[in-house]
Amino acid sequence: MTTERMISLAPVDLAIIVIYFLMVLGIGFYLRRFAKSGEDFFMAGREMTAWVAGLSFLSANLGSLELLGWAGSAYQYGILAAHWYWIGAIPAMLFLGIVMMPFYYISKTHSVPGYLQLRYGPAASGLSAISFALMTILMSGVNMYAMALTMKVVLGWNIHFSIWVSSLTVGIYVASGGLFSAIFNEVLQFFLIWFGALLIPILGLIETHGWEGMVARIKSNFPGQDFTHAWSTLGSAQDNPMGIHWTGIVFGLGAIISMGYWTTDFLVVQRVLAAKDLRSAKLAPIIGAFFKMAVPLIVILPGLIGLAVLPDHLVPQGFAQAGQHTYDAVLPLMMARYMGPGLLGLGITALVAGFMAGMAGNVSAFATVWTYDLYRPFMRQLVSKKPATDAHYVSMGRWCTMIGLIISIGAAYLAMGFTSIMDYVQALFSFFIAPLFGTVILGMLWKRTTAAGGFAGLLAGTVASVGMFLIVKFNPEALSIIAMSTHAKAMAEDMYRALWSWIICVLVTVVVSLITKPKPESELAGLVYGATAIPSEGNVGLLQKPIFWAGVALALFIILQWIFW
Amino acid sequence: MEKHHIIPVWFFVGIMLLAYGILILGSGLAEWSNPPHTVLAELHAPVWWGGLLTVIGAAYVLAFRPKT
Repeated sequence: MTTERMISLAPVDLAIIVIYFLMVLGIGFYLRRFAKSGEDFFMAGREMTAWVAGLSFLSANLGSLELLGWAGSAYQYGILAAHWYWIGAIPAMLFLGIVMMPFYYISKTHSVPGYLQLRYGPAASGLSAISFALMTILMSGVNMYAMALTMKVVLGWNIHFSIWVSSLTVGIYVASGGLFSAIFNEVLQFFLIWFGALLIPILGLIETHGWEGMVARIKSNFPGQDFTHAWSTLGSAQDNPMGIHWTGIVFGLGAIISMGYWTTDFLVVQRVLAAKDLRSAKLAPIIGAFFKMAVPLIVILPGLIGLAVLPDHLVPQGFAQAGQHTYDAVLPLMMARYMGPGLLGLGITALVAGFMAGMAGNVSAFATVWTYDLYRPFMRQLVSKKPATDAHYVSMGRWCTMIGLIISIGAAYLAMGFTSIMDYVQALFSFFIAPLFGTVILGMLWKRTTAAGGFAGLLAGTVASVGMFLIVKFNPEALSIIAMSTHAKAMAEDMYRALWSWIICVLVTVVVSLITKPKPESELAGLVYGATAIPSEGNVGLLQKPIFWAGVALALFIILQWIFW
Repeated sequence: MEKHHIIPVWFFVGIMLLAYGILILGSGLAEWSNPPHTVLAELHAPVWWGGLLTVIGAAYVLAFRPKT
């Protein structure tokens, strides 16, 4: 244990943390008896209600990495960080629910690479499964590293103690109950995070005498900088703290990164595929969208309040001298400012739960993709010519969970070389997710897309994205070409890199598809728009219709943009 | 969750909130006359926040308790 720490915990705080660990392990053991078949272990029996699937869908993304990283980003970039919760999420979540979910659900696929297998065949599916497996393991490692680092800085806990206790707990409960366990714990985490973090903005706004008082204090602390307008400073990259033009936010983030993440990242889509029927599957992302719009209240607002009330300015990671704190420390600092014994335990437990749910989400998705999209089609036949039983695949899933966690521990150290945790995460997304969105959306909406086109586009987009990242790494001057501004920060670079890699993926897919032979339309039923009869949602009232709630969510989203323009 | 007859996740949410609510409320009441050195400690946030958690947790436990 180190002696330097931000917060000291009282016995009541430790009791709250211990209760959480006992509870998740108990739930894992309880759910083990229900996770017998592959459908149960990997898809939670496909029997979740819209609410459970919706909260789990949101929570799979609302980990502590999100909380700490985006609160830090709000301190660094101001309210611009809220774009990742609004234009960077809401349109994509609604698009997933209304347009894309029917194809995922009707095809009865178990994963996004599984959909690519049905639509394009093994080449595109295999490439996507490999990149996804790599990404989930890296992300799980990022979560683990972030948690251990946070617990060391905030509480003085030993970094190895945090990594091993959290990994072992996650390993036990996910290997026991599979996706059932992951989803149950994500719902618990949802409540923990809201009740653990909501007090900070409430007390913060009381201290600053409301929004206007907070804005006045920020202006006084940081003269000449605008941290509280979401759109009006985006006319030029020089006018805002992120160094980004509105085209980067609208096209890079809103149209590509967010569409790619929310509609093709299997980690989140897996939760919706576990819904009990098509209407629930369509409603789940829409329910998630309402809560997503409110998340800036507990993530972005604490960062802004930090700008207003913290006596010392925070600094980027890697620049902190003795006694200084980094941007990512803003949330723990705000906790220490407002929360005494008991509440502090709740806040820390919310963070621990978020980290563990992040790891659990990644390893459960990894286990599914490894077992169904890599092991079953490509490796099983090397081991035995006989078809494997369902129990064999469940056993493989349980082992993969543990092995995935062990590899994640190694990956945790990869995260250390980046200036901000979220920049690292965004870089990963732009490598894999943006091109994948191009491949999936063309496959769903354009019957002419061919297997060769899908594979070539996905490969070209991914290689282009990694290539652009490496070019800027070795020649920083290239940033002005890729991100269209020398003022661009890491996040702005990620947005444009995603945009270019998506455009390259789409262009290559279209060109290769036009010169290769398409599948006959009869083989596209259930997979492509125009070749699929969408089942009726039944005779339900207006308030039960997903499209109605999608409209309400969209209206709320527009009102928020107007308020914080 | 009809197929497997699993206890609803909301029941576990209720248990957790109830346990935390009682602990935080108790801790807030115990430190009433000697609040911690935090900003706005005079508002006794643990008391009303713990109370809120207790009420919501109890409501979830009652509404979603396993039926025999």
